[in-house]
Amino acid sequence: MEKVKETVRELLGSGKIKGFLGLCKKNGHIGPHLFRDEGDLDNMVIGDLHGPGDARYPLNKQLIHLARCYPEETFGVLVRGCDQRGLKALFVWNQLEPEKVVPVGIACPQALAEACECLQPYPEEFVEGEKGEGHSQDSVAKIDSLDLKGRFAHWMKEFDKCIKCYGCRDICPMCFCKECSLQTDVLIHAGELPPESPIFHLTRAVHMAGRCIDCGLCNEACPADIPLRTLYKKVADILDEEFQYRTGYTTEEKSPLNILGEAPED
Amino acid sequence: MEYNTVLTTCAYCGCGCNFYLEVLDGQIIGTIPSKTSPVNKGKLCIKGWNIHEFVQSPERLTQPLLRKNGQLKEVSWDEALDYTASRLREIKEANGSDSIAFLASAKATNEENYLIQKFARAAVGTNNVDHCARL
Repeated sequence: MEKVKETVRELLGSGKIKGFLGLCKKNGHIGPHLFRDEGDLDNMVIGDLHGPGDARYPLNKQLIHLARCYPEETFGVLVRGCDQRGLKALFVWNQLEPEKVVPVGIACPQALAEACECLQPYPEEFVEGEKGEGHSQDSVAKIDSLDLKGRFAHWMKEFDKCIKCYGCRDICPMCFCKECSLQTDVLIHAGELPPESPIFHLTRAVHMAGRCIDCGLCNEACPADIPLRTLYKKVADILDEEFQYRTGYTTEEKSPLNILGEAPED
Repeated sequence: MEYNTVLTTCAYCGCGCNFYLEVLDGQIIGTIPSKTSPVNKGKLCIKGWNIHEFVQSPERLTQPLLRKNGQLKEVSWDEALDYTASRLREIKEANGSDSIAFLASAKATNEENYLIQKFARAAVGTNNVDHCARL
């Protein structure tokens, strides 16, 4: 933690950043916090209360809130591997400007990388932690091993638990649309509970293609414990197989689903 | 620029979920469930997720309203309470205590909820007491 603090102290001291969006321990709780004062970094933490990464927050989402109101200012932000993928995708989608964001990276411990089945549990540059090994997506393989009927039954059973809290969308650092498909009456009827299955979840899953950076916060926010992360991992796998594209690994490339090709000939 | 995340407790029901309210320049702009709260562990229901919207809503009532000649009119607390007390008395006298019911609130404190049931039972004489969290 000391190296993160040191880096942030320098960034704030030199005036390079207006504030640093990180995590702070106050009253026994860990939550997001905007650090403004180089002399006031004592309570800064990396988000481990009882275990590695058990108190992660969608800091990039809060960064978007700040950037929308203060577009001229530069902010620092604490990033893990997933957060950095998020930043890159948000740059591509013009939600944040690369020159206005200073990421301070931490590498995740192996235990967290394994729990997340993370392909790259570290940002390109980091000041704390050790570069861990990427982990295979066993949860996806397990469901893939079922036949089509078994897979469908599995997901329908999971979707049936949904209480339509919209928490998966609300926590998502990549959900920045002003108009959300999940609130479009032709797809999802307002006031209808439980949500129509599987259209609600498949609508979101389709929208996560080329967007999801596999941070897993949706999974952690789901009160019904629906394994959304596994679903979106699968969606990302399909995109990789079909288009050789994984979200957040390059800053130049837009999602292939965002490119309008030539109109097909008759 | 002033940006704070304020840890607080949900006012909607009696569960007591914790979240941070994102406050930018005095405006509440978002809700972030607390990951370290033993009550909700980073999760919320749809009401909790949207709680930041009502606090500063221009549609919130700021004064008591009384219907006069079919129109709701803003009145003072004294007038509203006097009217309510006199109508409750009239209704009780005309139709009996059990013609009146009391709706307590999960947004109120234990002490306030104690008072409303005490008022219902001791002052009005009815056991018709329910609460808004039964939604």
